[in-house]
Amino acid sequence: MKTSLADILAQHSVWRGGAFVRPAVPALPTGFAVLDRELPGGGWPSGALTEILGLREGVGELQLVLPALVTLSTSGRRVVWLAPPHLPYAPALAAAGVDLVQLSVVRAPGRRDALWAAEQVLRAGNCDALLAWFRDIRYAELRRLAVAAEASRAFCALFRPSEAAREPSPACLRIALEPMHGGLAARILKRRGALAAAPVLLPVKRPVHAVGGPALSVTRARSLVARPCLA
Amino acid sequence: MHAGMELAAAWALAPRLRVRPRDEAAEREALEGIAAWACRFTPRVSLEPPQGVLVEIEGSLRLFHGLAPLIGRMRSGLEEMGFSTTLAAAPTARGAWWLAIAGNEELITDPALLETALAALPISAGCSDQHALDLLRSIGVTTIEGLLALPREGVGRRLGRGLLDDLERALGAAPEPRTMFAPPARFVAKLELHGEVEHAEGVLFAARRLLVQLEGLLAARQAGVRRFLLVLLHHAARPSVVEVGLASPGRELERFMQLLREKLSMTVLVEPVEAIRIEAADFEPLHGYTAGLFRDARIEGEGWARLIERLQARLGGGAVHAIGLQPEHRPERAWRVLGAGEQPPRGEACTGARPLWLIDPPRRLKEAGGVPHDGGRLELLAGPERIESGWWDSGEVARDYFIARAPSSALLWIFRERGGSWYLHGLFA
Repeated sequence: MKTSLADILAQHSVWRGGAFVRPAVPALPTGFAVLDRELPGGGWPSGALTEILGLREGVGELQLVLPALVTLSTSGRRVVWLAPPHLPYAPALAAAGVDLVQLSVVRAPGRRDALWAAEQVLRAGNCDALLAWFRDIRYAELRRLAVAAEASRAFCALFRPSEAAREPSPACLRIALEPMHGGLAARILKRRGALAAAPVLLPVKRPVHAVGGPALSVTRARSLVARPCLA
Repeated sequence: MHAGMELAAAWALAPRLRVRPRDEAAEREALEGIAAWACRFTPRVSLEPPQGVLVEIEGSLRLFHGLAPLIGRMRSGLEEMGFSTTLAAAPTARGAWWLAIAGNEELITDPALLETALAALPISAGCSDQHALDLLRSIGVTTIEGLLALPREGVGRRLGRGLLDDLERALGAAPEPRTMFAPPARFVAKLELHGEVEHAEGVLFAARRLLVQLEGLLAARQAGVRRFLLVLLHHAARPSVVEVGLASPGRELERFMQLLREKLSMTVLVEPVEAIRIEAADFEPLHGYTAGLFRDARIEGEGWARLIERLQARLGGGAVHAIGLQPEHRPERAWRVLGAGEQPPRGEACTGARPLWLIDPPRRLKEAGGVPHDGGRLELLAGPERIESGWWDSGEVARDYFIARAPSSALLWIFRERGGSWYLHGLFA
């Protein structure tokens, strides 16, 4: 039997450097075309673990997943927020177009409880996205979550501090976020494919348009404060 | 050693024998528990105190795919509840009862075979009157067959009409009206543990026996419960109560067990447990449904409810919630926690820029030279947006909100109170 090289390459067992691994489950578009181009399958992996590493809370980590949340929630699919560090603010989410009915917030004070809850949510298999915040998590625990994520069809994002970038991780996608030129830069640390070269600059929506422009002076701010206005 | 023995004689044979007074109320309770559970197989269940339950199963044979599978299910259920039983079936209620009393685990379906089967039984199976038994034995009658051979009038005159009536009912020659057991509208069952149990896990095993009964009763009433209580009775301390809540009415044993396991894993026993009691009331109608051919939205929703109740069982009732809008100007009141299944009010999305993370309660910021600081000087980018509201309740606010940039270039939502202090209220994450 003659087998051509193309046949061999078509099999999933052979991977060529530089090419993306085609995921078995269709990916979920991130909403950022520049980022989708860099991700295997063209979006967030479903049924796999994704890590989002941020310098600190508020760097723009929610902006990164927000378009995907809008897509999921408006098509009637469920999103679970597990152990968020602050209150996910309903008016802002609604203004961004998220259907709040599909969101559930799970509070888990202890690390063990949070891990248990994450596993339960993934194993139940009826939730389409899990956003989980973990301060410290061991490799073995990550591995366990990765296995649970593979058993589900959910987009599973773990938010971790940026120091975690130095530790090994079984996640199939790792993205580090950092502010850049008043915007947000995503550096892909790990993906199923060749190493990514340059960080991707994401066109995130910011509440102030003229971010680079001159700031309000405090004196001007004061005068504004002093001026009576209707609430 | 046998029943009816003198206590002294029994002690002479077994000096380590432990004697307990007979608790007839508990016997009756156990019998009613079995009857309630048996109602899941047929609505026609009646009690035969002190130790019998009669169940009419002919109408249920088709549903349970025949006699043998039905008996198998009954036997495994009774075993799960921890009872040792003798199961017998016959075309007449009394006939089956006599077979069971004699310890004959026979399943007789053909009325023609009934008489031969009953005839072979010892006389004690059909007659509980000691005086009549003695008389019959003294004339050499030891089996029912012997009794049947005696002339009826003589038996009726000497031993009473009751024995003859029973005989006719057992053979199917006379009808036997019975009062049917009605499954109660609430469930209370107690179980004495064999020894003192010190671990919650041991309690779980015992609780399973009672939950089997609860499941049977609920199935009989076509009902489900939203909560049940497990009461742990200690020797000296006050009973401790474990409350298990369900997100939607349910009656499946495995679901009860799963939730109880989570609850008990969080429970620390104050003292060893001597007995347990399970209580459930407020039954809600719950009908069985047929499974859909395709992925069913209802089953999907059911799975989701199960997940939430599992999370709540371990993390606490308030640990899982949804969020909704509330028409309010004050940012901390413009949203609220929604309970399970609650429909959110349709609030309008606010016009101003709002952060995705809200810091609650607001964090006081340092101030240097009239400028707010948070890890460095904050740069005000936009504002102010004045929010002044709530004078009618105790939560009056008068604030000017600004969007500020931290030195780390994070965007913050900060406000200044009328008094002059700065607070961090949100992060534009």
